[in-house]
Amino acid sequence: MKLHTVKLHTVLVALTVQGAMITTPAIAETPEEQGLKVAQAVKQSNIGWKDSETSLKLVLRNAANQESTREVRSKTLEVEGDGDKSLSIFDHPRDVKGTAFLSFSHTTTPDDQWLYLPALKRVKRIASRNKSGPYMGSEFSYEDLASFEVEKYTYKLLGEKPCPAGTCYELEQYPTDKYSGYTRLISLIDKDEYRNWQTTFYDRKNSLLKTLTVDSFKQYQGQFWRAEKMTMVNHQTKKSTDVIFGEYKFGVGLKDSDFNKNSLKRAK
Amino acid sequence: MTDTFTFLPKRKRVDVQTLFTCLLPIGLLASPLSAETTFELSGKVEVEATVFQEEGQFTGQDYQENGSFAVEPEFYWGWNDDYDSITFKPFVRVDAQDEERSHVDIRELLWTHVTDDWEFRVGISKVFWGVTEFNHLIDIINQSDTVDSFDGEEKLGQPMIVASKVTDMGIFDAYVLPGFRERTFAGEDGRFRSGFVVNTDNATYEDEDEEQHIDFALRWSHSVDVFDFGLYGFQGTDRAPILRSATKNGTTVLQPHYQQITQFGLDAQATIDSWLLKLEAIATSSDDQEDYTASQAGFEYTFYGIADSLVDFGLLLEYGWDERGEEASSIAQNDVYLGGRFTLNDTSDTAILFGMSYDNDHHSKTALLEASQRLNDYWSAALDASIIIAEDSQDSFLTSLDKDDRISLTLERFF
Repeated sequence: MKLHTVKLHTVLVALTVQGAMITTPAIAETPEEQGLKVAQAVKQSNIGWKDSETSLKLVLRNAANQESTREVRSKTLEVEGDGDKSLSIFDHPRDVKGTAFLSFSHTTTPDDQWLYLPALKRVKRIASRNKSGPYMGSEFSYEDLASFEVEKYTYKLLGEKPCPAGTCYELEQYPTDKYSGYTRLISLIDKDEYRNWQTTFYDRKNSLLKTLTVDSFKQYQGQFWRAEKMTMVNHQTKKSTDVIFGEYKFGVGLKDSDFNKNSLKRAK
Repeated sequence: MTDTFTFLPKRKRVDVQTLFTCLLPIGLLASPLSAETTFELSGKVEVEATVFQEEGQFTGQDYQENGSFAVEPEFYWGWNDDYDSITFKPFVRVDAQDEERSHVDIRELLWTHVTDDWEFRVGISKVFWGVTEFNHLIDIINQSDTVDSFDGEEKLGQPMIVASKVTDMGIFDAYVLPGFRERTFAGEDGRFRSGFVVNTDNATYEDEDEEQHIDFALRWSHSVDVFDFGLYGFQGTDRAPILRSATKNGTTVLQPHYQQITQFGLDAQATIDSWLLKLEAIATSSDDQEDYTASQAGFEYTFYGIADSLVDFGLLLEYGWDERGEEASSIAQNDVYLGGRFTLNDTSDTAILFGMSYDNDHHSKTALLEASQRLNDYWSAALDASIIIAEDSQDSFLTSLDKDDRISLTLERFF
């Protein structure tokens, strides 16, 4: 039980994107309509990747700059018309090695999540209610790592801003889930490839909480962009977490049958 | 966590030679086809120090401190992209006081073969069934290694042949269980035992095949929406023995007797918002004893991020019932369990669980505390404490544990 519910990183797809699609918002549209169009374009640009495997290394840093690391591998299956299915396996630290996490994320209903505890050989269905809780003690919460779905927020386009990729949309997002840890998020999304370069998070009291910054993206299969390294800084606690992604493998042939309680128990 | 009080320990080693003989043809059959074999070594070493509040009430228990050491490495070989694998997990514990607690077991020696929808497992392994926290009523496949862990959560490796099929209608598992493992019991110098030592060298069986009896089990489990549930049927040797009085070298001892049973069981959990609603139930029949039903049911409600912190607090309440009432071999015959679980969500994964039980028939009370924390990348520490207050001398088992209140500190090194 010391291994908490670890929400698997479904993707970070939220932070990736590609495609093109959105036309410049027409003058007659409201900022809310314009924001929704940007969000839809973000989602649209990341459709069709089917399945992927990658690894992540999290470097957790406290206010005194002391570091600890977490290593996770993840497999993700794209589900048409719903959230993704994902399986994460923990490798480090060693006491959580072999712990695995299965998640079926959904666009409008709570996610289904199961945790496998290898010492007991026990699979536990866990509540997905704790989405604002920290992921493996890091500055990322489970909801920060969940797959991006348009329905999870309402939107407002604030304007445009310079960003590392040139010009970005400045998009404000309001979580629709009452259990979200945020009142709003402001993201910078580049106009060419719909990649999310930076997100600022405001807590339930609408105070500045965290900033997520992506250092670099890598493009796969000539279309899908994935973050290579990103950093979350908590302004209130002065703690931070870096996430460094390994190489993504797409089209590895994952199937629905790779995401169930049997595959969770034998995850290596 | 803690099934703190279902037990009736017992011990016996697995016949290693038989098992290896069994596995040999499989090893040949499944010899690596692809050149790429992955090998991984992991595991843990632990040191445990226990202090009892007082000396025990029986001969051999005249000590208040105990120490022990355990090693559990895990060797893993995978091939065919891990669609085939062999896992070998031996276990050794050396205990300073109790020679019965010093023991060796093969927790796992298993070949697994996976296809798209099927999974086959042959060898020795462990299987967990169930949803409740204070009692594991339906967890019948493996024998409890009660000398290793007083709470019954440690299990002995069980020889098994399993076919498992994943379908849209859920997962179907068929088990053939050749070879029975006798329960481990504390020896004369061990704590957590009754006044009579269990003679583990002379168990008797209802079936003439004794520990060679082949048991069978079938299980169907499924997840639908917020519900996870399972149904099973089991036919074979009951894991919990009946303890009968006998004489050994002129002293009275308890002799385990294992009967044949047919058992049907159910487990279900509904996961709704912050609630986990849990139910386990069994119906057991045998030739020599009256048929009975038993159940364990309750809930866990979690308060997330209490007082704007990262700390979660879970409240647990369960009730254990057994139709046999005070005659039940199980301790959870009419018992209420209340517990709380703090999860700090810090970088050290600190967790604290406490629980209490109250026996409505005998008015006995027990309390337990389990706290754990990661010290660094390789070391973890755990603190466990338990208190038993037997109010009724009729509750003979708990009465014999009355002086076994203790606190244990365990240091674990993972590799």
